Amino acid sequence: MNKMETALHELSEMDELASRSSPVHKLGPTAKLISTIIYIAAVMSFGKYRLSALIPMLLWPVLLFQLSGIPVRTCFYKLRIVLPLVLAMGLFNPFFDREPMLYLGSAAVSGGVISMLTLMLKGVLCLMASFLLMATTPIDCLCASLRRLHIPKMLVTLLLLTYRYVGVMTEELAVMTEAYSLRAPGQKGIHISAWGSFLGQLLLRSMDRAQELYSSMLLRGYHEHFHYAPMKPFSAADGIYLFGSTALFLFIRFVDITRILGSRFVR
Amino acid sequence: MIEFKNVSFAYEKGRSVLSGVSFKIEKGEAVGLIGANGAGKSTVMKLLLGLIRGEGEIYVDGLEVKKDNLPEIRRKLGFVLQNSDNQMFMPTVCEDMMFAPLNYGLTRPEAEKRVDAVLERLGMTELKYRHNHRISGGEKRMAAIATVLAMEPEAVLMDEPTSALDPCNRRAVINTVKELGQTKLITSHDLDMIMDTCGRVILLSGGRIAADGPSDQILTDRELLEANRMELPLSLTPRP
Repeated sequence: MNKMETALHELSEMDELASRSSPVHKLGPTAKLISTIIYIAAVMSFGKYRLSALIPMLLWPVLLFQLSGIPVRTCFYKLRIVLPLVLAMGLFNPFFDREPMLYLGSAAVSGGVISMLTLMLKGVLCLMASFLLMATTPIDCLCASLRRLHIPKMLVTLLLLTYRYVGVMTEELAVMTEAYSLRAPGQKGIHISAWGSFLGQLLLRSMDRAQELYSSMLLRGYHEHFHYAPMKPFSAADGIYLFGSTALFLFIRFVDITRILGSRFVR
Repeated sequence: MIEFKNVSFAYEKGRSVLSGVSFKIEKGEAVGLIGANGAGKSTVMKLLLGLIRGEGEIYVDGLEVKKDNLPEIRRKLGFVLQNSDNQMFMPTVCEDMMFAPLNYGLTRPEAEKRVDAVLERLGMTELKYRHNHRISGGEKRMAAIATVLAMEPEAVLMDEPTSALDPCNRRAVINTVKELGQTKLITSHDLDMIMDTCGRVILLSGGRIAADGPSDQILTDRELLEANRMELPLSLTPRP
């Protein structure tokens, strides 16, 4: 399998992860979507120096990983391309904010280092939450929930079709890179001189395939309205999950658990 | 059921793909549309489905193929694409099969009932909840046919239904096609399959109809076929 085929395989694995059965998978998509949004908002609202207070927010994704039976390593493996970008956030903070904030023994830790670590942790937590949502909810159900939340039809259809077309484009890319590598033995990647025509061809081929897919949809009665997966009514379990998770986020957000625990053990 | 009256089409001015094509297909008839590459077979299909517009008149069940009639016409015609990957865009076979019935106003339980009936009829119930990217090429082709049958169309159009299939899957597709009671229009280079499934053949050449008649007459006429860049079906080719 070349890199593109691996990417395609991984993309399709997301659909399979989402179709598994677990207590988390069984929850209604709307409850999961809302709680994820609240979680991300709560994480993002932490102050830039509140690293220790942010750590307990890890509890929620860890709990969901356990309940859903999805290994944490799958998450980090699938996010390996985005993670470095997230970790690069705030990389320059230590250079701009040199004010010492705490001392570890005799070593001073500047505010810049703390804010950098806080930013990194925030990014990782948001990615984990988004991954969990995608890995436990089929895309159709997610789109149906977005519609239920009155997100415009056009945006939701765009999201769904983009998700589908990414696969089409990756398939074309897989075929093209394989054809290229077979005629360029020993070459690593695509030579820069071929990038222009390669991308042009990829665009044209993807457009052709997308057009054919769209024709296939039209011929089967599509008229700008998707029939998403049936929505289960908002159940008691959904309510408990949503209420419980929101309460947990608010508790962690406004009560500095680590400080309280720390003050009990450290004088 | 299907009628072409003096239909012409050109993608570019002066480069005509079809010129003055006229034919009529009766209800329940199985017609093979054959011809060399570039003869205009796919264009005939696209014109019939209203995906492109040409000159002349095309009728499906008495309805002229024009913008206002397209939803009704497309409901009557089920089209199986050559590349099944382009036909199957939903995650599972079941969801793909339900796509058209739901668009045509059926409720989810009604659509699912129809899906079950089609899968049962084709003997592929085990594919129902399989992911589209996890099934083999032959299964995918059968599933593509199933998605079209779930529409309960009056006519089935097929573009190269047996291309890139192994002998066993090819035979399965041929048997399925033979059992379909609908009007059939099939384009293919697999002349043995056409001979097996279609009673009538239309031979296109250079955008015109070079011959139109019973399969056993046209497909056994070596001179006619060779004059139009075709060959006898393999099963009729004398072995050295």
